Amino acid sequence: MTKMSGAQAIVEALKRQKVKKIFGIIGGALLPVYDVLYDTPEIRHILVRHEQCAAHAADGYARASGQPGVCMATSGPGATNLVTGIANAYMDSSPIIAITGQVNAFGVNSSYLIGKDAFQEADIIGITTPITKHNYQPKRASDIPETVKQAFYIATTGKPGPVLIDLPKNAQTETVEMKFTDNVEIRGYKPKTSPHPLQVKKTVELLSKAERPIVLAGGGVITSNASPELLALTELLMAPVATPLMGKGCFPENHPLSLGNIGMHGTSAASRLILEADVLLAVGTRFSDRTTGKLDEFCPDARIVHIDIDAAEIGKNIEVEIPIVADAKKTLRAIYKSLASKLRKSDSSPWYKRVQEVKEQLKEETSGSEKDLKPPRLIKELRKILPSDGIVATEVGQNQMWAALHFMAYEPRTFISSGGLGTMGFGFPASIGAKVACPSRPVVDIAGDGSFRMTEQELGTSVEEEIPVTVIVMNNSVLGMVAQWQRLFYGRRYSAVKLGSTPDFIKLAEAYGAEGIRVGSLKEFSKAVRRAIKSEVTTVIDVPISPEENVFPMMPPRAGLKGIVESEEEL
Amino acid sequence: MNEKSHIIAAIVEHKPGVLYGVANMFRRRNFNIESISVGRTEQSDLARMTITVNGDERTVEQVTKQLNKLIDVIKVSRLDPASIVSREMALVKISAPGAKARSDIINYADIFRARVVDISSESLMVEITGNPDKIDAFIDLMKPFGVKEVARTGITALSRGTKSVRIEE
Repeated sequence: MTKMSGAQAIVEALKRQKVKKIFGIIGGALLPVYDVLYDTPEIRHILVRHEQCAAHAADGYARASGQPGVCMATSGPGATNLVTGIANAYMDSSPIIAITGQVNAFGVNSSYLIGKDAFQEADIIGITTPITKHNYQPKRASDIPETVKQAFYIATTGKPGPVLIDLPKNAQTETVEMKFTDNVEIRGYKPKTSPHPLQVKKTVELLSKAERPIVLAGGGVITSNASPELLALTELLMAPVATPLMGKGCFPENHPLSLGNIGMHGTSAASRLILEADVLLAVGTRFSDRTTGKLDEFCPDARIVHIDIDAAEIGKNIEVEIPIVADAKKTLRAIYKSLASKLRKSDSSPWYKRVQEVKEQLKEETSGSEKDLKPPRLIKELRKILPSDGIVATEVGQNQMWAALHFMAYEPRTFISSGGLGTMGFGFPASIGAKVACPSRPVVDIAGDGSFRMTEQELGTSVEEEIPVTVIVMNNSVLGMVAQWQRLFYGRRYSAVKLGSTPDFIKLAEAYGAEGIRVGSLKEFSKAVRRAIKSEVTTVIDVPISPEENVFPMMPPRAGLKGIVESEEEL
Repeated sequence: MNEKSHIIAAIVEHKPGVLYGVANMFRRRNFNIESISVGRTEQSDLARMTITVNGDERTVEQVTKQLNKLIDVIKVSRLDPASIVSREMALVKISAPGAKARSDIINYADIFRARVVDISSESLMVEITGNPDKIDAFIDLMKPFGVKEVARTGITALSRGTKSVRIEE
């Protein structure tokens, strides 16, 4: 027991959780906490320029490191500015802790109390209830140690997700005897991690008889660090692996069994082969509409095994034959162990041959002249330059889908993208967070000009805080993905998509003290990237591309995987 | 779709914000609450919610799972209609200006095992307990007299026998 203020208690509790970095913006309702941080060299506070980016940076930090990211904002507008970032983390099951200031819950002057519409008061508990895994409002300083302990436990276990702690100012200033404990006991929260042996047995029986098995590996594989187990099992089964966006990186995409991305802009090989499969092993994925398209055309002939740590994902979007509610790593290991004695598959199986045949048939050639700056070529060039542990974050839109299709991820946690919420402006702050988590590795944000404009002010953060990242702006002066839909499905009526040529991204970068490089050929692009990833300052590479570019393959609206098309002519 | 009424019992933390969390989840997931009744249990830090939901099997399964996912919800059980006692209580205020109407209402109330709990020169208040169908029938019967106000509690229910939805301390 030690006597301390609530503000000291929260910082102490964060230290006990091994928090080393916080992304945030100070404000009136958090002054006591920031005053303690002033004397806490063990925790680095990174001052961002907008609270949304504090949450995205914490999210990027979490995805790159596997450790929870922490963001902080003051009451009222500070807290509400976090909302998009929290919703983004919630949709993609990313463990972040958001700490917000709040007006007094108890005090001498009742006009400053919660519920009186005090200055900079917002009901952030009410606002974030549907977009957090859980939230807390410790009204007394003495509640803080246990609250923080529980918050981290909930955020990082089971299906991870954001947890918000709303700190009334009186809870920060009160000084009381604090009790810190290492035990967490939450009677309403007991995540199950071990697979049911009977379900594993059924799965093993099904897989051992499967002739055309296919694996759908989602973000849960990355969360549970199950990539080695996934690789072992798929090689035993000789089953190809398709990844929804969130799973990208969980399986090396240069492996012969990799089919790359599946979904609305998935590869043709993945879309075609899943239709032929007789057994689908889905692990750590929630069958989102962007992944499956029309449900009755999604692997119509396959019997489905669904492994997910969240019981509520079973049967939510799709009915499956064998559900397993458990941790992906433990389950894949259990399946492998019992299957290894039953199965000897070789690369002479007809299914493996078929997989290679389809992959070969659909292998696309990218060629063109030196001046031809097609996004797929740019992204393939980037892959050649980046080391295999180099981290790519993306914005949202065409840039993201080109990255998903053409950037081969070799390792987990090297591809960071806003999957569920589709948040434009996510990539840049997320790449700052990733760079903070992995300072020795190059971090590149694959951006479009529309998305980059949404959070470009974070150039200030990256320069002032010395967090150098590379931003590749594929610049078509248009909101490209929407323009693509208008081109293909709305008779080229380009409503509200033209952004014009402002700002000049080179001048913008320079205004912030960053570096800006405009490139006009593939060679220049390559040179600029090589330089940027070694630079000690953030570099914006402005690459003019045609506003007429489309992302293909594409599953047209309301279609299924069968309806996926390779070009505008096929529509 | 095979839609019918299901009764779910949830034991939850008895503290502020929990009902909001539950109601919010129903709204957000596009489930409908037919009725909900909440009260403290024999353990003072726990509350029991009895929730009636309409839907097919898959929907109710999802409701149960999503409820379970809420941190402040400790235990969720679907109650089997064949082996529970379920009751709803209603207070019904009926216009009764004359002696004839008044005695008719009192007679009907007797048949429904309901009780007159308040009386004034212009109206009667009746307390009735039973399953929702019985209460519906009584209210229908009162309509010709003029139903001025109805307050219903929603269903509350317990399993028969020794089986219980309870948290061991």
